[in-house]
Amino acid sequence: MSVLRPLDKLPGLNTATILLVGTEDALLQQLAEAMLKEDCTSELKVHLAKSLPLPSNVNRPRIDLIVFVVNLHSKHSLRNVEESLHHVDATFFLGKVSFLATGVMKVEITGRGFFAAGQESHCSIHRNTVMKLAHTYRSPLLFCDLEIEDFRAAMAQRLVRMLQICAGHVPSVSALNLLSLLQSSENPSLEDL
Amino acid sequence: MRREPAGDVVRAKEMDETVSEFFRRTILKIPLTEMMTILKTWNFLSENQLQTVNFRQRKESLVQDLVLLCEVTVFKMINLEHDATLWFFSFLSLVRKRCKENRASLNDAALLDIIYTQFHRHQKVWDVFQMSKGPGEDTDLFDMEQFKSSFKKILKRALKNVTVSFRDAEENAVWIRIAWGTQYRKPNQYKPAYVVYYSQTPYAFTSSSQLKSNLPLLGQALTVASKHHQIVKMDLRSRYLDSLKAIVFKQYNQTFETHNSTTPLQERSLGLDINMDSRIIHENKTEKERVQRVTQEIFGDYPQPRLEFAQYKLETKFKSDLNGGILAEREEPLRCLVKFSSPHLLEALKSLAPAGIADAPLSPLLTCIPNKGMNYFKIRDK
Repeated sequence: MSVLRPLDKLPGLNTATILLVGTEDALLQQLAEAMLKEDCTSELKVHLAKSLPLPSNVNRPRIDLIVFVVNLHSKHSLRNVEESLHHVDATFFLGKVSFLATGVMKVEITGRGFFAAGQESHCSIHRNTVMKLAHTYRSPLLFCDLEIEDFRAAMAQRLVRMLQICAGHVPSVSALNLLSLLQSSENPSLEDL
Repeated sequence: MRREPAGDVVRAKEMDETVSEFFRRTILKIPLTEMMTILKTWNFLSENQLQTVNFRQRKESLVQDLVLLCEVTVFKMINLEHDATLWFFSFLSLVRKRCKENRASLNDAALLDIIYTQFHRHQKVWDVFQMSKGPGEDTDLFDMEQFKSSFKKILKRALKNVTVSFRDAEENAVWIRIAWGTQYRKPNQYKPAYVVYYSQTPYAFTSSSQLKSNLPLLGQALTVASKHHQIVKMDLRSRYLDSLKAIVFKQYNQTFETHNSTTPLQERSLGLDINMDSRIIHENKTEKERVQRVTQEIFGDYPQPRLEFAQYKLETKFKSDLNGGILAEREEPLRCLVKFSSPHLLEALKSLAPAGIADAPLSPLLTCIPNKGMNYFKIRDK
């Protein structure tokens, strides 16, 4: 089965599984560990993959949320994500896919605290490229510098909440509801792109 | 007939002011933490003399004290108040000669400079030269003293004003310091060139001197003095002399353990599993292992020699499927320069594939650097 489908398996009891897809294994590993530190009533499972399609001989649980991680400093990671997207069934894009862009900001830590400075000059991928990609697939786009621990912990919290909703563990909120909530007013401006 | 002042301590003829200044500036360069070590290695000032100096004072005063020590000779002379007589003059000339032997000369200062550079070799950028013997030439036994005198003679014959100093090092190597002058100007002691020649090999390492015009002469002197026929500059340059040595003498790929060279890979991947939460599952484990294996095959388990950059010059003519177009008619090739820099280039390249930033295996243009002993490449159309 080379294409991932959202509902082709039965869900595990109280289990929520997230699949992180990205080229930089170390970042994914750190994000997974941050997610697993969160308090959560559901049992979490994190699958890390460099690219899709996934190896077919493995018995894996139903995947509730896919997050594609793009590093704005690396065109290689963008290309990898674009190719992996072909192996995801269209029905997944009803709120069960999200994009995460990292490498956005570099934070300088001074004695008095820290301030963030945009590292636009080092990004080989323009923000708009990723925004366009997310818009094409009608999926939310999250920005986070995964190398900074605090930002990573905050993002892990968000992802855990999103995962619980996508797995259906939050009563009266479904993945599709969440998707329409996340389609904020800034999206109409993307029509101009 | 000038009478020298007599007294208990005879101050030798004042050291030449330029030499004194050169001393001062050389000692001033040395960081305080290394001062004792370097002075002891230099071995010009005795233990007693060093003990008279207060090493805890401010650097400027310390340097002043040290320079004074180098200038003054301690030579007690009996009180002579007689008029000039023949024996007095001959005695005085003997004294002056002895003073010359004891006081610090330009050569001693140059030696101190060599020692300083040996401690701080990474402050210079080193080029590598390879010499070759002509076909059918015998490999004579190498005589270090003969090499040194021959080298010095060739340089002095070409340029009247040049300071050449030698210091032997381990592994049959010699450090040569050359201060260049011209026919009319004294040597500039502050822009010397250094050559490290390993006498049992055809390789010499030179610090890139600012005075590039003297490079052919240096090459010629080196070649002739070491009884070689030809000298060629290798496309290899770095600050780290020891890494250059490791690359050129092919010493970098020595692993320490040999019998369990396969287990480290497994241990590494096992280590990942132990630390990992069982709730984290790597889908592409086989791919990760393949990348690790390929990386290890190419780069090995040993620490990589240290280089700061690799430069690729590309020259190619424009090729197009379409007929015509402005660029297709261009006769001159297009030029492009790609430069990779890093504090430790080869380790960075080694970590690219495991980090997921590049695919494994890497381009052979990158991985051939230590094997070929080059970090400057020119790529042309065939």
